[in-house]
Amino acid sequence: MYAVFKRELFSLLNSMMAYITIGIFLLAMGLLLWFFPDTAILDYGYAELTVFFSLAPFLFMFLIPAITMRSFAEERREGTYILLATRPLTDWQIILAKYWACFVLVLCALIPTLIYYYSVSQLGLPQGNIDGGAVTGSYIGLLLLGAAFTAIGIFASSVTKNQVIAFAVAVFLCFITYRGFDAMSQIFALQYFEAAFLALSVNEHYQSISRGVLDTRDLVYFVSFVVLFLGLTRLVIGGRKW
Amino acid sequence: MSIKVTALAKHFDKQKAVDGISFEAKPGRILGFLGPNGAGKSTTMRMLTGYLAPTSGSASLCGYDSQTQNLEMRKIMGYLPENTPLYMDMYVKEFLLFVANTYNLKDAALKVEETIKRVGLTAEQHKKIAMLSKGYKQRVGLAQAIIHNPEVLILDEPTSGLDPNQLSEIRDLIKSLGKDKTVILSTHIMQEVEAICDDVIIINMGNIVANDSIVDLKEKYDGIGLEEIFRKLTTK
Repeated sequence: MYAVFKRELFSLLNSMMAYITIGIFLLAMGLLLWFFPDTAILDYGYAELTVFFSLAPFLFMFLIPAITMRSFAEERREGTYILLATRPLTDWQIILAKYWACFVLVLCALIPTLIYYYSVSQLGLPQGNIDGGAVTGSYIGLLLLGAAFTAIGIFASSVTKNQVIAFAVAVFLCFITYRGFDAMSQIFALQYFEAAFLALSVNEHYQSISRGVLDTRDLVYFVSFVVLFLGLTRLVIGGRKW
Repeated sequence: MSIKVTALAKHFDKQKAVDGISFEAKPGRILGFLGPNGAGKSTTMRMLTGYLAPTSGSASLCGYDSQTQNLEMRKIMGYLPENTPLYMDMYVKEFLLFVANTYNLKDAALKVEETIKRVGLTAEQHKKIAMLSKGYKQRVGLAQAIIHNPEVLILDEPTSGLDPNQLSEIRDLIKSLGKDKTVILSTHIMQEVEAICDDVIIINMGNIVANDSIVDLKEKYDGIGLEEIFRKLTTK
């Protein structure tokens, strides 16, 4: 499994696409956080990173599908999947290797944002006046959110040969699970199911972790979310209709 | 018997791609798998490797069932898929090292070097796979199939699209591999079958129409050429 993980990661790092998408992610984040007056921390006036953590999921919605879209779709198009499938590897090993490779790349996109933490803590009055606990909690939440979106992306990539369709499906699924369930819980006619919809919503659990309290319910939610989508991927891959 | 196929069938909806075929192959012999396009050759080979699940029947390599003991079976099997799919963005050595590592081979780097020498890739070993000509890509395909020294080799059209020089080199290589392994290869070039195979199986529309050694087959049809036998059996 390590061999496949290594190949996947190197092939991601060897393509310009990974650098461009991560570059655009960081550029967009930088612009939103420091320059655009509606969202800029400097105009906001408080030394905290809430803006960053509320914007990051929306950028992840596009960044992560762009990273994951090729993982299975390209192998199907090029016919190289049979090379992997006839090695002594289980389907799970192949899926997890691809999943971890994409997740490591998401981590690479996230690490440079630690600079924002340092900058904001320097800008605080007095210096270093920032709620470290909340930021740590939010980063953990963001990591779990990234893990969940990566699982969606891997699944979307396994259902089609076309990378563009994989991207579109992944963006849509990320959006629905992040905001869709939230929105549905607010529909008046469905108010009896409000609690159920909120329990399904990624946003709800993400917010809950961001408060700085790591609740096992949220952890269980994200883990089962990832397992669900990777399990669906396993079903698609195992069916081998291609 | 290192390849044993019993009543193997694959149906795609109503179309019977492979319709209950049975055959065996022995080590040390090269089996040619012939048939017109769409006869079910690739489908049969994919079922042999366990990549496709058969609708009914079973296949086993060296006693390992292709469905129930699939993981063990894959370790003793080398497979060159049709059209030789390869990771074009990788370098030759990098790709073969990756393949060696998926088998957890000891001394992987050494095995890669040996295999590169064996298939005659030494001059091209530092190139990207996408830069190679078709003949060299085919060699990379062969290299990934033999790097772990498998007991059974399944080659799906190993010589398609090669020039005459490359053709004879690849044939010699397959012949030398066939000395101690069980080799099954598909092709529609009759001269090739006569040049390298010991046994032939001809299939047509998912059924076996001939299964014999080349010598016996020719005797049966009063010494007419293999090509005519093929035409006779597959056009009705």
